[in-house]
Amino acid sequence: MGRDSGEKGGIDLTPFQEMFFQEAGDLTADLEAGLLRLDSGHRDAELLNAIFRSAHSIKGGAGMVGFEGICRLTHSMEGLLDRMRGGLVPIAGPLIDLLLRAADALKESIAAAHSDSAAPAGEQALIAELDLLLENPTAPVEPAGTPAGDNGSTSRLYRIRFEPSPDVFLKGMDPLRVLRELSGLGVLHKVEADLSRLPDLEDLNPETCYLGWELEMESDCNRARIEDVFEFVRQGALIRVETDDAAPQAGQAAEPAPPSPIAAAGQRTSAATSDSSSIRVATEKVDRLVDLVGELVIVQSMASAILHNLTPSRVGELKEAMAEIERHTRELQERVMSVRMLPISVVFGRLPRLVRDLASTTGKALELEISGEDTELDKAVVERISDPLTHLIRNAADHGIETPEQRLKAGKPAQGRIHAAAFHEGGKIVIEVSDDGRGLDAERIRQKAVGRGLIDPGDEMSEPQLHSLIFHPGFSTAETITGISGRGVGMDVVRQNVASLGGSISLASRLGEGAKFRIKLPLTLAIMDGLSLGVGSETFLTPLVSIVESVQPKPGQMKTIAGGGELVLVRREPIPLVRLHRLFRIDNAVTDPSRGLVVIVEIEGKRIALLVDELKGQQQVVIKSIETHYRRVEGILGATIMGNGRVALILDLAGVLKLAGGGGQWPSTPRPEELAAA
Amino acid sequence: MSETRKNQYLTFSLGEEAYGLDILKVQEIKGFTSITPIPNTPPYIRGAINLRGTVIAVLDLRARFRMPIAEYTKFTVIIVVKMNQRIAGLVVDSVSDVVDLGDGDVRQTPEIGKHADARFLQGMVASEDKLVTLLDIDELFDEGEIPAAASHGRSGEDSKQVER
Repeated sequence: MGRDSGEKGGIDLTPFQEMFFQEAGDLTADLEAGLLRLDSGHRDAELLNAIFRSAHSIKGGAGMVGFEGICRLTHSMEGLLDRMRGGLVPIAGPLIDLLLRAADALKESIAAAHSDSAAPAGEQALIAELDLLLENPTAPVEPAGTPAGDNGSTSRLYRIRFEPSPDVFLKGMDPLRVLRELSGLGVLHKVEADLSRLPDLEDLNPETCYLGWELEMESDCNRARIEDVFEFVRQGALIRVETDDAAPQAGQAAEPAPPSPIAAAGQRTSAATSDSSSIRVATEKVDRLVDLVGELVIVQSMASAILHNLTPSRVGELKEAMAEIERHTRELQERVMSVRMLPISVVFGRLPRLVRDLASTTGKALELEISGEDTELDKAVVERISDPLTHLIRNAADHGIETPEQRLKAGKPAQGRIHAAAFHEGGKIVIEVSDDGRGLDAERIRQKAVGRGLIDPGDEMSEPQLHSLIFHPGFSTAETITGISGRGVGMDVVRQNVASLGGSISLASRLGEGAKFRIKLPLTLAIMDGLSLGVGSETFLTPLVSIVESVQPKPGQMKTIAGGGELVLVRREPIPLVRLHRLFRIDNAVTDPSRGLVVIVEIEGKRIALLVDELKGQQQVVIKSIETHYRRVEGILGATIMGNGRVALILDLAGVLKLAGGGGQWPSTPRPEELAAA
Repeated sequence: MSETRKNQYLTFSLGEEAYGLDILKVQEIKGFTSITPIPNTPPYIRGAINLRGTVIAVLDLRARFRMPIAEYTKFTVIIVVKMNQRIAGLVVDSVSDVVDLGDGDVRQTPEIGKHADARFLQGMVASEDKLVTLLDIDELFDEGEIPAAASHGRSGEDSKQVER
């Protein structure tokens, strides 16, 4: 079907289509939220009207810009909703299910239209199903199990096509891990790599993924389980999961065998998904900005006028004017940054639906509580926190909350509670996901960790230390063990994602009572709390969150090991030393650690010691991109401009770690002086 | 009497040699400022500077042409050039005039290049007793150095989005 032509009667509709996509996003979210409220028992007329209006607006918009398919789907939905609010059709669970499926199909169709691809196959079927109901309002709606949730235990043949996003490696994901996890879910009969996009060796960029895979797998897992495996690699990837198995649904209007709308997963979207390049801003935010800039202009011209006729007696006035300029500028900075802030409800809004689906797939009774949805975060953070958050909620539902029977036996209410909260604390955003499930079993974690060789049997570890082992990269596998989360791409990826946002994650749990995960994030990605390090005549910044401590080691604390590596002993713990002056080829720097300073940082669970001359102080810096006008440099996260106007580089500790691991030297490039001598 | 198109070039010098750059590619000329070295970069990339809040890379043309490095004086200048959506700086000894040069005046560079690699050179022109070597900016940065495609800005900075 595809996007209907961008022209209608000679007018280019493309800009209007863009506007439609913007609004459709909000409208479909409202629609779904309304349906969920209906589902949880609210029945008031205003709710039904609101849902109807959302569908109606989408229909109108789609019709105007030429998206006939979307128009027809919403027309059918609208018709049904109209009957519902008129009391002509009883509002029952299966009916709401149908509408929710239609809403999903709607989202898919809109996404398809946005990326100019064919409409999803299930669209027609749903329209038919809705229409059938319209004509025959009293016919019972077949409670089609959510297509993703057939609990059939029959073995099915799945055909899967997986093309990861080209930058999957840069995101720290390994597609092979995904394949391995799949192999744990069933029997892989065929795994064929698609090498068609592989370029010649000269053109090959080793950090880009050119591969795709065709798989055939026999499994008795349901489709949802299969698709979960792709959770962290979904963005930008092509994932198609097909099964031949005709679902054993009685009744007419069953989905035809090809993938249903909910299941047919990601297209290679260019703009459609969460990473949109525009923001909607509340007008009052913009109004305040306009006022503020106005005031700034006034004060600035006052200062200018004083300067023009500067006499010693007016210096005081000038100082005052400058102070006021500084105040206004600071406020301006805050307000402009807040323009980029979105309420976290954008992300939290998807959770009720997620929990509802999880409840039906796991067969458990789940209740979701949300608080602090007005808490605002930077747009970029909001977009990237969605995956880890979803993962935590799934964990809570899958592994945290027990079945109703188990809960009753334990003296808990049958319904498990999951609480997602967001709030500001100490200049950071805190997001907590807690549940009242079975909690973490420290003893089991210990056993598993010993089994994986992560700790020695004799190691003394406290309960919190054992708990935090679940974040360790070596810990998770595809098997599920009750009491601990483990799903292949597990908690270590969550931690990495959070760390890449400049945040941290911690957890607290009591066996039998539940678990609480706490994510701390900076308010914005553009600003960082940094510590300035002096090395020779250069200044480097490192993120404050990574700093553990700094020491001036005594000569006795320094050790060398075979192969040239150096260690610092800090309270008897050996930490590898990285000589920044050598890494960055800086002259006139302190080379004797006992004369300089060793800053101990922690990155990805590892500790390294950086040798610097001195600490120059702590400050909040604006992160400037080096990549924009040059390219990405390994070991450098970005740059900032110091008070003296000079550029200072911000260290990317993960990169420094990698480089130092390669012998503590950058790849040896000759310096200009060395070159000229040749 | 054919019409020759005249293009304007900014001329500058490296040592005794005169070079020219298409004026349309020149954004501004900046006095020499303190450069922060960037590790893990080719030797001719001097480092980064602050251009009114934007961080750009600075390339030393002498180093690029494998000439001996000169002392930076108060005449040393950074020419800020734009290539596609990116800006970069070039360190040169000093800048001279902007001259009009006709297409027809441009000669091919002789096979025996003195210092510069032939691929940097667009041609040579005689202008007022001087031989001006015209440079092709886009070649100065290796393919891998400045990717042709748009970057992924990773901070809160405004980077101009490249139209697809």
